[in-house]
Order: sequence, then structure tokens, then C-alpha cells
Amino acid sequence: MNGFASDPKTMHSSSRALLDVRGLKVKFKTNRGEGTAINDVSFTLRRGEVLGLVGESGSGKSVTGMSLMGLIENPGRICGGQILFDGIDLAKLSDLEMERLRGKRIAMIFQDPMMTLNPVLRISTQMIETVRAHDDVTLVEARRRARDALGQVGIPRPEERLDAYPHEFSGGMRQRVAIAIALLHKPDLIIADEPTTALDVTIQAQILSEVQKLTSEYGTALIWITHDLSIVCGLADNVAVMYGGQIVEYGPVAEVIRSPRHRYTDGLLNSVPSRNRRGDRLRQISGFAPSIFSMPQGCAFRPRCSFADDACHQTPPLATHGNHAHRCWHPISSREGLGS
Amino acid sequence: MNPAQSPHGALSTTGRSPDVLLEGRNLSRVFGRKTDLVAQALIKAGLAQPPKMLRAVDRVDLTIKKGEVVGLVGESGCGKSTLGRVIAGIIDPTEGELFWQGCDIRSLSSAERRQIKLGVQMIFQNPFASLNPRMTIEDVVGEAPRIHGFIQRSGKSSVEYIDEQMRRAGLPPALKSRYAHELSGGQRQRIGIARALAVQPEVLVCDESVASLDVSIQAQIINLFMDLRQELQLTYLFISHDLSLVEHISDRVIIMYLGRVVEEAPVEEIFSHPNHPYTRALLAEIPRLETTKRRFTALKGELPSPMSPPPGCHFHPRCPHAFERCKLETPQLKEVAPNHVSACHLNDAGQGI
Ligand SMILES: Nc1ncnc2c1ncn2[C@@H]1O[C@H](COP(=O)(O)OP(=O)(O)OP(=O)(O)O)[C@@H](O)[C@H]1O
Ligand SMILES: Nc1ncnc2c1ncn2[C@@H]1O[C@H](COP(=O)(O)OP(=O)(O)O)[C@@H](O)[C@H]1O
Ligand code: SF4
Ligand code: SF4
Ligand SMILES: [Mg+2]
Ligand SMILES: [Mg+2]
Repeated sequence: MNGFASDPKTMHSSSRALLDVRGLKVKFKTNRGEGTAINDVSFTLRRGEVLGLVGESGSGKSVTGMSLMGLIENPGRICGGQILFDGIDLAKLSDLEMERLRGKRIAMIFQDPMMTLNPVLRISTQMIETVRAHDDVTLVEARRRARDALGQVGIPRPEERLDAYPHEFSGGMRQRVAIAIALLHKPDLIIADEPTTALDVTIQAQILSEVQKLTSEYGTALIWITHDLSIVCGLADNVAVMYGGQIVEYGPVAEVIRSPRHRYTDGLLNSVPSRNRRGDRLRQISGFAPSIFSMPQGCAFRPRCSFADDACHQTPPLATHGNHAHRCWHPISSREGLGS
Repeated sequence: MNPAQSPHGALSTTGRSPDVLLEGRNLSRVFGRKTDLVAQALIKAGLAQPPKMLRAVDRVDLTIKKGEVVGLVGESGCGKSTLGRVIAGIIDPTEGELFWQGCDIRSLSSAERRQIKLGVQMIFQNPFASLNPRMTIEDVVGEAPRIHGFIQRSGKSSVEYIDEQMRRAGLPPALKSRYAHELSGGQRQRIGIARALAVQPEVLVCDESVASLDVSIQAQIINLFMDLRQELQLTYLFISHDLSLVEHISDRVIIMYLGRVVEEAPVEEIFSHPNHPYTRALLAEIPRLETTKRRFTALKGELPSPMSPPPGCHFHPRCPHAFERCKLETPQLKEVAPNHVSACHLNDAGQGI
């Protein structure tokens, strides 16, 4: 399943998952009431593996990523489940313990690189600080590591660019700097939250190629969050489709693309232009995604689903066939999937 | 526009094919970099260089025929929005001429120009930023038609008119007393569309109009554009960096790179026989629904700064086929197949790629 099986790290530790998320639940309490942002989210990730986390805005992708980083803050809280990272339950760590892991063994790349970068500091200052936050090395050594990381993400003449300020870079370059910072400690896990959504295809390909090198060379595990299934296709081993705070379908990319089981995944795939004849109306999913404060009872997709019936008023359980799982009372049979 | 009050019939045309709605010739738009007071003082005192000029649109020729969907594609900052704003009459070109159904816009009276401006409406990327938060949806949609006399200030007929625009854009008229911030992103984009339709335009310039929307909502809005095209015989300039969307809805595609048009062809032609190396690089990187992992590759070289574009062919620092001449001489658009033009020196040398 892993495209780069020759990787040393992947081979010697493939037996135990690097990340094992079980029944994760996060709630937000606001003046509109209490809402469940993610509910019973479970998945595993091995070293060197890439998971695509796909869903519409508000489906809970970022909250899932932030939970792994220990970044859920008031008014949100994790109120159930475990996040086993190399055997440690991250949900139980103190802030200080989490801080020691964050940036060192788990790093996050945000949609907006300025979430990572400080606009008033030189890139060098920020990168050296990040190196020395976890490793006791000299300034010279830290600077050398910063420079190497910039070179690694394809920034030309890294030594010269190191002392620039963030505003002196274009959007795509800034995102590459943010990625370089995420790479500084060669973390075991990177969570990338829609980092290329705002970028052009050529720049996006450049960033994807850097990320791909990482997973193959260092066995870094990667969670790539996006609302665009087609980006995940070429990159990920497995894909998790989120809807209304739950993973409604999970499986190897090829299988999910070829024979989706859940009605939402199917609708999403069918609305992609390349699956429609040029100039025809696109096959669209009508309606819009629910808010966490007014989740439909039972299957969250029910109001938009043309296959919904009485059974769908109950929450569908996770049904697993091999490594392909879904939450739907009336899943697409493999034959039906091939026909459409 | 109401044909009776339309300016075009009355004016002499230059004899071009009657189905050409809009034509731009040699359009350029130059921006001066903003300078603060200190910088201005320094420049006056001769202590600093005057700001560099940025040629966001560089000698572009463009025709849009009635009923056509023209896709405009290119990297961020290449000048797509600027060209769109020039076409929509929101900003003036610094050089070049703009013709509306064959007549030079500069030869028109200001009243006639205002009419034409109404005929070309722009729909923006960020539906929220372009909506006044203190206005109800009814006010947003009704404002321009009231000002321009399409409807009365109030009364049954104007209520019906506004309801009709909302329904066309797929918004239930029941929402009209709500405020934009109470609605979802897709609904806000529909308000922008209803507002544009309310002045009965002939051309919609859609600038990344679905880029910020979820995939399933994107499909809904694209379908709405296609329905409106049928229903109202609309013409579109569809600006997007999403090539698969452009491929789906366009009849003709224009590729821009750093202010210049580098290739233009009918949609099937450009997707099956791309000529320009930049177009080829773009097409190679379209994310596709595929079932095998792929190796992503990076175009070499850095994105050049639009403040100081490379000489010759702007694309040469990143072009895998660049040769000496490319650094010296700007390639001109030349026909490489019927209705298909491309600006690349390789086409002269008679060497295919
Ligand atoms: N008002 C302005 N003043 C100065 N420079 C401007 C102005 N508007 C645009 N520019 C510059 O002109 C160039 C083209 O900008 P434009 O907005 O047309 O790009 P674009 O192709 O629409 O990009 P994107 O895909 O990011 O929207 C850019 O370098 C931009 O910085
Ligand atoms: N700080 C917060 N306060 C209240 N609600 C929040 C907060 N952060 C996220 N949510 C809610 O949690 C749900 C999931 O959000 P998120 O994970 O950001 O979605 P996405 O899939 O777009 O990344 C959304 O309904 C969002 O409104
Ligand atoms: S559970 Fe029912 S409502 Fe939900 S996707 Fe399946 S068929 Fe549709
Ligand atoms: S003119 Fe030269 S540099 Fe430009 S695209 Fe053609 S081969 Fe490449
Ligand atoms: Mg998010
Ligand atoms: Mg733009």
C-alpha cells in the first residue's frame, strides 16, 4: 500500500501504528449552545504513510488536526477518546509535555503560512529559535540547519534568503518557508491543513514534491487535509472522508475512488468536472453542510441524500470490509458503483 | 440592457463581424507602486529612485463573441483580475483601445459609457468582502436597478423584479430581509450573482467566483452559470486558476503569463494540443482523480517578480526548452493551427517540442 516500501523506517516499525486515534470527540460551547465538532473519529497511521483527510468546510478536519497538536483551546475541549502517538495518549498530556512534542515530533503546516511565521522577525531568527527550542546546539549549527531546511524545500540561494523578512517572499515561497520550519526537527508526523489551497498548480506541485520526498526519505507520516479529493489522489495511501464531524468513509485511495460506498463520497466524486461531459451540467449535491449546532438526527448527510429513509434517522455504525470502512445504512454495492 | 435604450445600434461600427461583443486591442494597464510620504519626499529630494512601474497587463488583444464563454487562466499575479477589471470598465487601460460591438468606447458620451458598464458585470472571488454588511439582501439586489431606473423606488413591480433576480440566482425570495453575514458562502455568492443580474448585463466577468467555495457548492454555482447562459444568452469571461473547471465550461481559453497572453485556442484544441511550454507545464500538473500515486515534479526556477520581469520571453528562466534567442527577443503570438495562437520561438524554428 505504501508507495515507498524500501524506506528503512517503514520497514522496521511497520508492526505498530505510529498514530492510533480512537473514538475522538471534541465539543465547543458557545452562546449558540454546545456543539459536537467531531464525534467518534478513529483512524491509524503508520510511519511513512500518507492519509488524506477530505471534507467540506466545517466537517471537522481542522479540529481533528488541532486535537493531535494539542491546540484545542477554550471554548473547545476534547471530551472523549484517545490519541495514541507512539504509545503515549496525547489527550492526557499536560501542556508542558505537549509543548515538548510539538514542533519536535509532531508539526503542523497551516493554510495561511503567517500562522507559523512572525511578520516582524527575520526568517533566520524564527528558524534558529525553533531549532534551539528542542535541541541544545550552537547558533552556528542552528543557522546551518535552518539554511539546509530552506534549501530542502527548493528555496534558491538559501544562505541569502535566510535573513529576509516574511513579506519579502511571495505566497508560495512563504508556504515553503513554513514547511521548512515544520521539517527542522524531522518530525515523525506532519499535519498539513490545506497548505496549497490558495496556490497555483505549478507551485502546488512543487510543494507536493517536497512533501513526497520527506515521507520517502525520512519515513515521516503525513496527514494532508483538503476539500479537494483530486489533490489527495496522487499523494495519499489512504483517504478519510469527513462529514458532519465523523469519518463517513475510510480506505485505500484507489478503492475509495473506484468504488465509493458512502452516498456523500459518491456525490462528491460525481460532481468533479472530469467525471462529467464537457459543457454538461455537473451532477451536484443539493443543499449545504449542517452546522454543529443543528446536526440532523441520525446520519448527518440525510437532508441532502436521495437514498435516505427511516433507517437513516439512526446514526449508522461503522461497517468495515477489509480495510475499507463506511458509515451508511444503504451503501453503494460494488456493482452499482461501477455502473455510475 | 433594454434594446430600446441600448447605445450600440445607433452608432456606426467599424465593420467587424457583428457577433463580436467586446474587443480589446493592445490593452495595457500599468500600476505605479504606492509610495508613502517619506518615500515621496526622498524622491523629490533626489535621494531615492522613483518607484518602479508594474505592467500588470501588457499589450493584450482580446475578443469576446456574443454567447461565448472565454476562460482566462494563469498564475497568481499574472494580471487576470486586472484584465477583467479593464474589460468590465472598473479601471481604465493605460494604453490600448476597447470596443463594444465595434465602437470605440472613448468615442461615446459618458451616458452611453455608463450603459455599457452596466452591460458588463463582475462577480468577485470573495462574496463577503463585496457585500455591505448593513444592507439586507433585498437592498443589495435592488440598489443598482433602482439607481439606474430599471425599477421604481418601491411598489409591487419592483418587489417582483427583485424576487425574480433572487430566484434566478437560486435564492429563495424569503431570504430577502436577511443580512449577508447570516448566509453561507455559497448563498453569498448567489447574492453577488443576483445583484449582477439585476442590471440585465450581457457579459459576466467571473473572477475566481467559485475558488473559495466547497467542491459540492462549486458544482452548484457552476451549474447556475450554465443555466443562466441558456436562459439569458449571457456571455462570460471566466477567470480561474482551476483548469478542470475552465475546461468544463469554456468555449475558448486564454493563457496568461506575467501580463501577456501566451496562448489562446478553442477549449478542445488547447487541452488536446497545448503548444506553449507554460501551458504544457500547467496541464501536466492538473490534479486528477486517479487511482495510482504519482511523483510530483517541480518546474525549475523561481517565479519571477512582476516588478522586474525577465527580458525576452518572460517564461525563459523556468522553461525547459529555452535557448539563446528566448532571453533577447519577446516572442509574438502566431497562428500554429486554425484559431490557435501561441507565443513561443520554437514555433519559428520549425522545431516542434
Ligand atoms: N492597484 C494596484 N496597485 C499596484 N499593483 C497592482 C494593483 N492591482 C494589481 N497590481 C499588481 O498587478 C499584478 C497583477 O495583478 P492581478 O490582481 O491582476 O493578478 P491575478 O492574475 O488576478 O492574480 P490572482 O490569481 O492572485 O488573483 C500583480 O503583480 C499585482 O500585485
Ligand atoms: N473555536 C471554535 N469555536 C466554536 N466552534 C468552532 C471553533 N473551531 C471550530 N469550530 C466548529 O467546529 C466545526 C468543525 O470545524 P473545522 O474542523 O474547523 O472544520 P474544517 O473541516 O473546515 O476544518 C465547525 O462547525 C466549526 O464552526
Ligand atoms: S445513511 Fe442513509 S442518509 Fe446517510 S448516506 Fe447512507 S443512505 Fe444516505
Ligand atoms: S520562447 Fe523560449 S523560453 Fe519562451 S516558451 Fe518558447 S522556448 Fe520557452
Ligand atoms: Mg479547516
Ligand atoms: Mg485575481
